[in-house]
Amino acid sequence: MHRQYLSEDTIAAVATGMGSSGIGIIRISGPEAVSVASKIFTPKGSQNLETCESHKLLYGHIVDPQTAQRVDEVLVSKMKAPHTYTREDVVEINCHGGIVPMQKTLALVLQEGVRLAEPGEFTKRAFLNGRLDLTQAEAVMDIIGAKSEKNLQLSLYQLEGALSKSIDAMEDTLIDLLSFIEANIDYPEYDIEEVSETRLVETVSALVKKTKALLEGAQTGRIYKEGIATLILGEPNVGKSSLLNALLMSERAIVTEIPGTTRDIIEETVTIQGIPFKLIDTAGIRETDNIVEQIGVDKAVDWIERADLILFMHDINKPIDAEDQALLDLVANRQTLYLANKADNLNTADEGKLGSPWMPISVLEGHNIDRLKEQMAAVVLSGKVSAESDFLITNVRHIRLLELFQRALEQALETLDSGMPLEMISIDLQDALAYLREISGKQIDEAVIHRIFENFCVGK
Amino acid sequence: MTYFAGNYDVIVVGAGHAGSEAALASARLGQKTLLLTINLDAVAMLPCNPSIGGTGKGHLVREIDALGGEMGKIIDQTMIQCRMLNTGKGPAVHSLRAQTDKWDYQNAMRSVIENQDNLTLKQQEAVELFVDGGKVKGVGVQTGAVYHGKTVILCTGTYLRAKIFIGETQFYGGPGGLAPSMAFSDSLEKCGIPLQRFKTGTPARVDKRTLDFSKMSVQEGDVPIVPFSFDTEAIDIEQIPCYLTYTNEEGHQIIRENITRSPLHLGDIKGVGARYCPSIETKVERFADKDRHQVFIEPEGRYSNELYVQGMSSCLPEEVQISVYRTVPGMEKVEIMRPAYAIDYDCIIPGNLTASLEYMGIEGLFCAGQINGTSGYEEAAAQGLIAGINAVHKIQGKPPLILDRSQAYIGVLIDDIITKSADEPYRMMTSRSEYRLLLRQDNADLRLTPTGYDIGLISEERYQRFLKKREQIEAEKQRLQQVLVRPETEVNSWLASLGQPNLKNTFSLAELLKRPQITYANSRLVDPQRPELPQPVWEQVEVQIKYAGYIDKQIGQVRQFQKLENKRLATDLDYRAIHGLRIEAIEKLCSIRPESVGQAGRISGVSPADISVLLVYLDQQKRLKEGSGDDHS
Ligand SMILES: Nc1nc2c(ncn2[C@@H]2O[C@H](COP(=O)(O)OP(=O)(O)OP(=O)(O)O)[C@@H](O)[C@H]2O)c(=O)[nH]1
Ligand SMILES: [Mg+2]
Repeated sequence: MHRQYLSEDTIAAVATGMGSSGIGIIRISGPEAVSVASKIFTPKGSQNLETCESHKLLYGHIVDPQTAQRVDEVLVSKMKAPHTYTREDVVEINCHGGIVPMQKTLALVLQEGVRLAEPGEFTKRAFLNGRLDLTQAEAVMDIIGAKSEKNLQLSLYQLEGALSKSIDAMEDTLIDLLSFIEANIDYPEYDIEEVSETRLVETVSALVKKTKALLEGAQTGRIYKEGIATLILGEPNVGKSSLLNALLMSERAIVTEIPGTTRDIIEETVTIQGIPFKLIDTAGIRETDNIVEQIGVDKAVDWIERADLILFMHDINKPIDAEDQALLDLVANRQTLYLANKADNLNTADEGKLGSPWMPISVLEGHNIDRLKEQMAAVVLSGKVSAESDFLITNVRHIRLLELFQRALEQALETLDSGMPLEMISIDLQDALAYLREISGKQIDEAVIHRIFENFCVGK
Repeated sequence: MTYFAGNYDVIVVGAGHAGSEAALASARLGQKTLLLTINLDAVAMLPCNPSIGGTGKGHLVREIDALGGEMGKIIDQTMIQCRMLNTGKGPAVHSLRAQTDKWDYQNAMRSVIENQDNLTLKQQEAVELFVDGGKVKGVGVQTGAVYHGKTVILCTGTYLRAKIFIGETQFYGGPGGLAPSMAFSDSLEKCGIPLQRFKTGTPARVDKRTLDFSKMSVQEGDVPIVPFSFDTEAIDIEQIPCYLTYTNEEGHQIIRENITRSPLHLGDIKGVGARYCPSIETKVERFADKDRHQVFIEPEGRYSNELYVQGMSSCLPEEVQISVYRTVPGMEKVEIMRPAYAIDYDCIIPGNLTASLEYMGIEGLFCAGQINGTSGYEEAAAQGLIAGINAVHKIQGKPPLILDRSQAYIGVLIDDIITKSADEPYRMMTSRSEYRLLLRQDNADLRLTPTGYDIGLISEERYQRFLKKREQIEAEKQRLQQVLVRPETEVNSWLASLGQPNLKNTFSLAELLKRPQITYANSRLVDPQRPELPQPVWEQVEVQIKYAGYIDKQIGQVRQFQKLENKRLATDLDYRAIHGLRIEAIEKLCSIRPESVGQAGRISGVSPADISVLLVYLDQQKRLKEGSGDDHS
């Protein structure tokens, strides 16, 4: 499979994340930009995106062409080449409905055959098409380098956990199968069992099934533990797990009056004002002799660096001692909301007890929980936490590549079914492997050839 | 004492498979060529298996032939058995392999070389390479003769500081009992050419009279034989069979008991061996659960009793080899004529070559064959041919011949060795080609003969024949589009006999040929007007029609591929000065020095983002140039 580095195909990506304005912009650039947008955009009244003049703003809805369902209310601007940022035809979709509809909209664009832009690719095209002048070249190269680095980090980071394991396992299965096929082809005279049609069908179908399950999981947001990584941090017994449960509105974490209850990280995703938050409940931080608990504590400290947002909890009835201060120092440079919990009889005195920036709350009584939610959303929307559009990108990218992976596998099954020889099936499976490897950012290498020599005793 | 011994355009060091092709190409293209060999009796020697071709390798031979090389013709003349492998699979992976009489093979090649105009063959051991001011000047030999050359092609095979291992018996020695080349490596290193050590090995040769073939299964050749060369009309010979037998636990046990006597275990072998060429002891160790391994018995020649024991290469002591071999059914009384041995030798770092096989930093110096870290006669010959052509082009001031990955296995081979730093000898496999369906052995002439003609290695007469074949193919493809097959009773009963559903509409025969069960041959019935065509023509027609969908898909991929191949990178580019490249990428790019953005993308450790950065950089440079151009005008 070939990545296209040259400006010929149409690309799309989130150009501006959801800022404080609550509007996010998806940009489509390339020869198909207008026709693709027309397929998913239904303008109000008698207007028409294809025929309207350039640099016009149309109001209407994004409608899923398959289900005819409205996805979002949007403003769409059409800009014809060459007077655009990239000097290609550009369509920008201004999304209003929050992150989830925006993600859906981008997914629809990609389903129309548009390719997700590489990091920095709009800028690259702007340069290659002569829009930016020579002096800006180096800035462009830096942007590409930096953005892709960040993207890869994000992508890998998002891939942790269940999804990454599934991808690795599928890759392993596929490489095994391919090495088997290739060994059959390159070593026809050796004692290698012939690849049977049954084995091929079974293996590939199982992969298709697994991919479907992953994609369904992605739709409901269960597999992708995406969102603003929100760390709930504090000393033991301050009510961290209680807060997690309250935000989730379910009894996910165990809550007891015994300090040190939570010993490992718990992660759950919740959507607040359309923004996905990944809540991370941790072991209360303290010096401990208990090894299991200590590991939990270490992980919590680890997470401080990786979290986008920290909810720092303290018991309002206790003063801030030296140990608390040490912990507070750890989060000093991070985006943090300070929560003074157990303010059960919430009154004006509570506000002053620990002073600014502490916000008194009571998880038990439900005081100020809505205010907390608002503040969480505000931090994101004000752009103080900037991860969301990147999260969106990597997430949509994964989904898209998984879809392509599935399609390549299905193609392999069709090829097999039509009675084509083994090396044709190999072509489809190689395509599939390339998509899978793109998810994990791995280079196409000699994995299959290596596997042949691992698994089979061949050679003179 | 040294003395001046003559001026040459091209000096080829080593007359193995790479050297033979290189020297012939250069001489045929009109350059005064000197071919040096350490031993005149070792020209085009086959020191390992007595066969040419096989999966991937057979493709290489066809390509060499299509470009005007010699290997295909020689094997056609000297083969004693031939088989098309993989016929149970699709056309892209059919591969020819022939057993040859290795003495006949050598003699045939030597005779062509000796009778080639512009070509001088000498038994001389090269001991010194002359380089001055970054340019190659010539070669000095053991007797003191100094040859001046505009270009030099190194095809030293496995001779450089070669060391033989047979258990504890270890000595400096070349392949097949020949002398090693001990001095030349030092000279290369002095010229600033770093060397590494690779290892290979060969099984024992045994006496035919001491084997019992009734305990083995026979492997006959194909009838009729498909020749390697597009120039060979037909091959009618009496074929000699090969035999198949197996090792067993008893032999494996002996190996395990004596494994500590292997020089690999003793730590004596410094060279890195190939995984696809495992010794029998490596197989037993690595695949402990396999209770038997295949052993193919192949004749070394028509008139000799020597037999090659494929599958049992070894570097265990001779007496251990004898006991292990004697456990194999049919080999109980075997007498070994030459023991198995491992050999390790010096080779260059192929990443230091350009795609034309010229050494970076030493103008006019080319390298081909095992010195480049490859294995195999065919791989060597392919490189030799390209190096020979490019040495000539260098002299004549023409652009080098560089075949890319979409044009030929030769392109895949050269691109792989110069781009990927392999840590073992490189063997061609069809799996290495991403455009396998396009690079078939059956269409090598269609792909490469026009190039061979342009270069000057394909005669006018042969080219005319080729043009005719190409026209016939196109005409027949056209015709089959016009042949209509109607849903008539006769047609439907024919389809039923092939297990095919009835036709509902009228189809062209070309359309019908896409169905797996329908072939060109069996559709004659519905095609009464069919012209009589040679088999290579209608086979080509059939393949092109049958797999058109996939072929088109790969052609589309090739178009994308070529766009990045066409973005050239200067080999002296200062990657450190390019903004946005990652450190790892900078290091890799500086050491490999790719010639195109496409090649850069294949280097491990260079990411897609690095490629984007390179594209922007190239554009910046272009604009700078255009800008300064304006200033001067
Ligand atoms: N009075 C009062 N009690 C609370 C409040 N929130 C939590 N608690 C209680 O505090 C105790 C500890 O709560 P958890 O949620 O388990 O605290 P934690 O911070 O997760 O504790 P560890 O996991 O041990 O670090 C439980 O008995 C809760 O019922 C609150 O707002 N007011
Ligand atoms: Mg807890």
